[in-house]
Amino acid sequence: MKTNTVSRRKFLKRAALATTAAVAAPYMRTSYSAGKLTLGCWDHWVPGANDTLTAIVNEWGAKNHVECHIDYITSVGDKDLLTASAEAEAKTGHDIMQHRAWQVQVHRDVLEPVDDVINALVKDHGPIATISEYLAKDRHGKWKGVPTVVGSQVKPCCSRIDLYKQYCGVDVTKIFPFGDNRDQALVDSWNWDLYLSTAEKLFKGGFPVGLPMGQTSDAIDWVGALFRSYGAVFVDEKDNVTVDSAETRAALEYAQKIMKFNPPDVYAWDDAGNNKWLISGKGSSIMNPPSAWAVAKRDNIKVAEQCWTHDMPRGPKGRFAPYLPFYYGVWTFAQNKAAAMDLIHYIVDKPQAKRQVAASVGYDLPAFKSYYDFDTWKTVEPPKGTVYNYPPRGDEELSITGYPARADVAAQIYNQSLQTVMIGKVAQGGEKIDDVVKWAKNECEGYLRS
Amino acid sequence: MSETIPRTLIAGKGAAPARPGSLYRLSRQRSTIAFLFALPLLVVVGGLIVYPGIYAMYLSTLNRTQTRFLGLGNYTFLLSRDTFWAVVEQSVIFAGTAVLLKALIGIVTAHLVNNLPSKGQRKWRGMLLIPWVIPLSLSTLGWFWLLDPTYSAFNWFFARIGGPHIPWLSDPMWARFCTILVNVWFGAPFFLIMYLAALKSVPQQLYEAAAIDGANAWQKLIHVTLPMMRNIISITVLYSLIVTFANYDIVRVLTSGGPRNKTHVFATWAFQLGIASGDIPLGASVSLFMFPILGISAIFILRGVRRRGKEI
Repeated sequence: MKTNTVSRRKFLKRAALATTAAVAAPYMRTSYSAGKLTLGCWDHWVPGANDTLTAIVNEWGAKNHVECHIDYITSVGDKDLLTASAEAEAKTGHDIMQHRAWQVQVHRDVLEPVDDVINALVKDHGPIATISEYLAKDRHGKWKGVPTVVGSQVKPCCSRIDLYKQYCGVDVTKIFPFGDNRDQALVDSWNWDLYLSTAEKLFKGGFPVGLPMGQTSDAIDWVGALFRSYGAVFVDEKDNVTVDSAETRAALEYAQKIMKFNPPDVYAWDDAGNNKWLISGKGSSIMNPPSAWAVAKRDNIKVAEQCWTHDMPRGPKGRFAPYLPFYYGVWTFAQNKAAAMDLIHYIVDKPQAKRQVAASVGYDLPAFKSYYDFDTWKTVEPPKGTVYNYPPRGDEELSITGYPARADVAAQIYNQSLQTVMIGKVAQGGEKIDDVVKWAKNECEGYLRS
Repeated sequence: MSETIPRTLIAGKGAAPARPGSLYRLSRQRSTIAFLFALPLLVVVGGLIVYPGIYAMYLSTLNRTQTRFLGLGNYTFLLSRDTFWAVVEQSVIFAGTAVLLKALIGIVTAHLVNNLPSKGQRKWRGMLLIPWVIPLSLSTLGWFWLLDPTYSAFNWFFARIGGPHIPWLSDPMWARFCTILVNVWFGAPFFLIMYLAALKSVPQQLYEAAAIDGANAWQKLIHVTLPMMRNIISITVLYSLIVTFANYDIVRVLTSGGPRNKTHVFATWAFQLGIASGDIPLGASVSLFMFPILGISAIFILRGVRRRGKEI
């Protein structure tokens, strides 16, 4: 019987070749990856949304003979942040981890580049939102996360049709209609000045708008869009601290005015505060994804029937929608990187994205504009077309608080609620704008510490 | 009882008595057995307290990306930040006020319970301990609903009786008050049970002697009870001070540090810098800032306790 013998030298040569190939091999979509794969995913608040993602992952697993396991991790109490930080420090954990907006930058040094997945998706579905790119690229221009469908969201206005008509004579369904027949003059009229005058009327009518001013993301997001629409940049791309500007002062002056027409409790609202305000029937408008409307549909249908999601007001420097994308990241210490890349591509691909958007009742917003034609945003009701304008369809630009500072500086502007604290100091604490700007400048200089 | 087994039983009948090995002798010593029993606890303390503590100290000497050694750079940077000093101020107010109130409430309640007839005392003791045995994050969530910015149960009640609407969590001063209130509610039973145990151990003869000397209740408290309880008061205050300075749950659940950063304490701000903003070394520096101050306080307090223990 003939036996194959491999010399020690030959074995070492082959092993070295195999290792080099494994390390240097580009991501390749394969039909057969095999092995095990673990995912740490955000626990969706919409009932059934997790089931859809599980079904999609299991389908892929069955097709590729990969045993997949998903742990759904809640963001309540920041457990998702804690889990990701623990895994990043311990260099062990899930293969794929879902990250909230800034966390890709936080963990960029322990995340695998995913440019091949992004390139494949962009080739098929067109460009990705600029803000998604800004949040996911590291210092060397490498993508470290793939924007997810699940969890990614914008926070435009969600207003009561009846109250705006009754107290302000404004029909938000005419300004932002269901369908692509916008009247640009009407759209242009929806600016911060009109928002302020209507807020005053609604306040006097006993149905104030509810703009959170606490230190959680709903507050930070809309305030970021306000500052940006006034052209206020806190730290620019070249690390110049530019917060001390006429634009910042103008935004603060505006905020001081608008906060007078909000309930005084907004300074303590968490992310549920504005939702509860609208659902209770006391509030006339909030800035939120369609979660408030969806809960109202379940708990207070009369309010839900009057909810209309539409664009943010325009400022002197443009109209900006607060965007909060989520990402899938593959750890550098993941056990099955090739399979992880393949699975992420499958999950984010258009047919699967459509199912995820439907399962979330339109809450999840993909990063590809070419996905905005999904039926869900046209069909969910009441009223018909209520969330049609949830994906930006007009002159709205996606934005995130802290932009355009380099991402690790912007992450601090965002996570330390710099802008909402500034408004709180001026509007609630009665501090002088100059003093607050000086304080913010000092904070920004601190953020630049390397 | 003999500490060793007769050699004949080990070696077998008729066999020459064998000299036991040094390992055997070591294993039969009381100190070895005590060490073995304590070993699991030592492993837990080492793994969950000593190692993370040393690791945190190491982290606090690095730069944001953990690639460069900064020495005390993070600490000196913190000293130059306005927000840091605001956090120090709030932490001191929070811990100082809460510990003082807990100690006062504890000592008053302990006296009241101690003077109850022994038949009903156990029932009261059990009821008063309830806040302490409920997991803190759960009870704080209950408090959050009572103090909710918009739908506060307290404000609902006040509205019914024509009272004012109190901005429990949206006004900085009220928010500070609420965080201290919840901490006192949770921590006072611990003081109560410690002080009650201490009260019961004060010899009755001392009170009888004081009564013969004509001492009234106040004088008995000042000249008998408090001196006899000094050690337990010192230890509980020290322990509570450390735990209260490290508190995270209450502020996190009730206010998340707001409004306007006015309720941030070391732990919540450390989380915000370290985990949320991705600067773990700076977060570690914040969380370790009180360590030397509390450590030195602990040395002095415990030295006093030891000295008084020897005197007694």
